Amino acid sequence: MKSKYSSLFSLPYLIWSLIFIIVPMGLVVVFAFTTEGGQFTLDYVSQVGEYTNVLVRSVWLAAIATVICLLIGYPLAYIMSRMPGFQQRTMLMLIMLPMWMNFLLRTYAWMTILEKNGLLNKLFGLFGLGPFDMINTQGAVVLGMVYNYLPFMILPLYSIMTKIDNRTIEAAQDLGANTKNVFTRIVIPMSMPGISTGITMVFVPSVSTFIISRMLGGGGNLLIGDLIDLQFLGNAYNPHLGSAISLVLMVLILLCMSILNQFNGDEDREGMLL
Amino acid sequence: MKRLVSFALCLMLLIAFSSVALAETSVEVVDEDYYTRFQGQDISISVYNWGEYISDGSDDMLDVNAAFEELTGIKVLYTTFATNEELYAKLKSGGASYDIIIPSDYMVARMISEEMIQPLDLENIPNAQFLDDQYRYTDFDPEGAYSIPYTWGTVGIIYNTQYVDEEDAHSWDLLWDERYMGEILMFSNPRDCFSIALKRLGYSMNSTNENELREACESLKDQKALVQAYVMDEIFDKMEGEEAMIAPYYAGDAIVMTDENPNLAFSIPDEGTNRFIDSICIPANAKQKEAAEMYINFLCEPEVAAANIDFIGYSTPNLAAYELLDEQMQQNEIAYPSQETLDKTEAFIFLPTKTSTLMDKLWTELLSNDENYSKWTIPAFLLAGILFSVGINVRRMLLKKKEDMM
Repeated sequence: MKSKYSSLFSLPYLIWSLIFIIVPMGLVVVFAFTTEGGQFTLDYVSQVGEYTNVLVRSVWLAAIATVICLLIGYPLAYIMSRMPGFQQRTMLMLIMLPMWMNFLLRTYAWMTILEKNGLLNKLFGLFGLGPFDMINTQGAVVLGMVYNYLPFMILPLYSIMTKIDNRTIEAAQDLGANTKNVFTRIVIPMSMPGISTGITMVFVPSVSTFIISRMLGGGGNLLIGDLIDLQFLGNAYNPHLGSAISLVLMVLILLCMSILNQFNGDEDREGMLL
Repeated sequence: MKRLVSFALCLMLLIAFSSVALAETSVEVVDEDYYTRFQGQDISISVYNWGEYISDGSDDMLDVNAAFEELTGIKVLYTTFATNEELYAKLKSGGASYDIIIPSDYMVARMISEEMIQPLDLENIPNAQFLDDQYRYTDFDPEGAYSIPYTWGTVGIIYNTQYVDEEDAHSWDLLWDERYMGEILMFSNPRDCFSIALKRLGYSMNSTNENELREACESLKDQKALVQAYVMDEIFDKMEGEEAMIAPYYAGDAIVMTDENPNLAFSIPDEGTNRFIDSICIPANAKQKEAAEMYINFLCEPEVAAANIDFIGYSTPNLAAYELLDEQMQQNEIAYPSQETLDKTEAFIFLPTKTSTLMDKLWTELLSNDENYSKWTIPAFLLAGILFSVGINVRRMLLKKKEDMM
């Protein structure tokens, strides 16, 4: 009886996901493999090959951003999870605080900071350094990604690490494990689901972003998201090619995610996304 | 105390409301009877226009839409778009229906060829008599059957006189001048970008010749090293804040920028430039065609057109409205360049699909072109991928062996 009702409650979400997730995905696939007249074609999908360098650049920059996020986020999440309750809540608040502000606004702020006459260069100028070319580079794009998506790395890591019982660590220490061993044999394996969720949640939006590269990359560092944007709102309006690129991007992300899943093997899957 | 606060609040509200009411809504029209036809019939038209492209009653100026509603009893549903392509995509996808749209020249031509807009009934637009013939009958709509010009303007170079010699600003070569490396901004849309490169090489802006377009693309690639960024409206901030020294942009916006920062100047290069015309059209699937024509007629009223031009800052094709502008504006050479300069301008026409696809492809090639890009990137990428997956599998096998041994 109970299960009958609970499935009833999930109905709104089922309908929602059918209309706004499954159907659009199907449309993307259909558009990618058809011509304007509706005939089947592979032309658009094979045309995506011409943009390989854009694709590689997107994956490359997103990967760098993800690694940086992991390097910054992991220690922070660990330290946070070992703090007393009040400090934990304060830290969490500080991480969430920037997210209250609009995404565009935050990225726009970086424009003023990194500009040639911007805040950082003015600061360097006081010490007789610079000016440095910071904006409109790939480094600025990576910075934008790290800044905007870092909370998405910290939060899943933090939530999984609070579940690691202090007694587990103490037990390992009692059994003679040194700090390094405790970390590599206990903490990392137990936080693996958090790591893979964090990587997914940073990598996926980074690889498909278009506004960060436009604002901080100066338009000359085209990413795959910009390319898709061009097909739908650009000069040569071509939703078919746009869908084909989106499809390739989706397959690429799926591939990355399944490689990532290999790491988890048969371990606990709690807190994981895929 | 509480009472005082609420009193103050009431007062503030009152002031707020009265200042809203101050925006002018009454206007003198040529033929008042004409506008009475739909009075009391409770109909509405939907207008799709560029952002910031109509006098909206701010700063005590005329509120055009409110004045129209008051005069005719027709309700105006007003929405805005940012690019011609966005407008096109919206109409093409068929999701929305509009009665009035305001595309630019080449988009008008494209929409005519795809039968997305319909011929106008000029009987209903008597005020078309005020329009200058050179904007009324154009390359993109020779008979003037589909479109009524709303504004026009030119593209030129905006430069900072503190750093750039005025002499240099008479040629598009300025945008390719190595002395200003990293100080140059460029359009971030392919049509405007290529038109500059084509014009600089002495070709037509509407060239459909593949070799010419490829040559233009090569020259843009050479220029890329000098370009600080490819942007659109960010140009306002960057030029006014002296973050960049040179940028091509639209004349009307140049007036705004030179007002903000007196160091800036505008020049139209001798090679010639693009003259754009934004025109009012009625989509083929419009629901209220006659009411829409009444709206067009209203926009052509000298007083209304003058108010709009005052607000927008572009140039007017309406001769009667031009007479109403203040003298300073009439003499402004940025907005109204000499006929000699205008003769050298060229309007965009609709390019065949093959050309616009090629241009888009070259544009992506240009933007994704990376000087540091090595041909080893992709092989290295593949190798890394393979090594990675081999590594995972080896690790798994080792783990399994360990387990078996235990």
